[in-house]
Amino acid sequence: MSCVRLEKTGFDPWMSLAAYTAEHRLDDGRVGATSAFVGTMRDFNVGDNVCELFLEHYPGMTERELGVIVGEAEARWPLTDCLVIHRVGRLLPGEPIVLTAAWSAHRAAAFEACRHLMEALKHRAPFWKRETLDDGTQRWVEQNTPG
Amino acid sequence: MSITVRYFASLRERVGRGEDRIEFAGITTVADVWAKVAPGADADARVLAALNQEYVASSHPVADGDEVAFFPPVTGG
Repeated sequence: MSCVRLEKTGFDPWMSLAAYTAEHRLDDGRVGATSAFVGTMRDFNVGDNVCELFLEHYPGMTERELGVIVGEAEARWPLTDCLVIHRVGRLLPGEPIVLTAAWSAHRAAAFEACRHLMEALKHRAPFWKRETLDDGTQRWVEQNTPG
Repeated sequence: MSITVRYFASLRERVGRGEDRIEFAGITTVADVWAKVAPGADADARVLAALNQEYVASSHPVADGDEVAFFPPVTGG
């Protein structure tokens, strides 16, 4: 149960959800609620146009920390399954960065667990964003947006 | 007898290298490792530390063969 995956190239979050649902038989009647969050790259940040994003990670630790976060969600809510997919490397505006999904018998657990996965990931998983602006300037994102 | 030290993102650029290998002798904590690789630089709240790929406080002990990593606050998702 549960899966954490890093993607070096583009991924389709909806295709990934469908494939995971089929593979883990999450449509066999056990599940009453599926909650999913998809984060995509914006073409702006703090007033500037952003044309490219590079996501750096810490190979090994990033996967490990995502696994810890998933384990926490599973311990806290009665989940049938959960899935986290995160991009690394070079991204362009509009491309998906992250997918978090939680399946449960009831909606409260699915909603709350999905939000926990996303918020915990943003605060603890070792990923760093470097933006390239229209004029070619590169800068590291210093902190997450509040919500 | 050495410790591997790794740097990520803006901190790697600040330090000017991605990795160091330092002698273990005379080192007992993560803070000692920082003092050795970045003499004179304060390890403020903007520098996070991991030991063997787990978050730790700077007071955490280190052992020969450990991998210590320093990096700025994370910004994924």
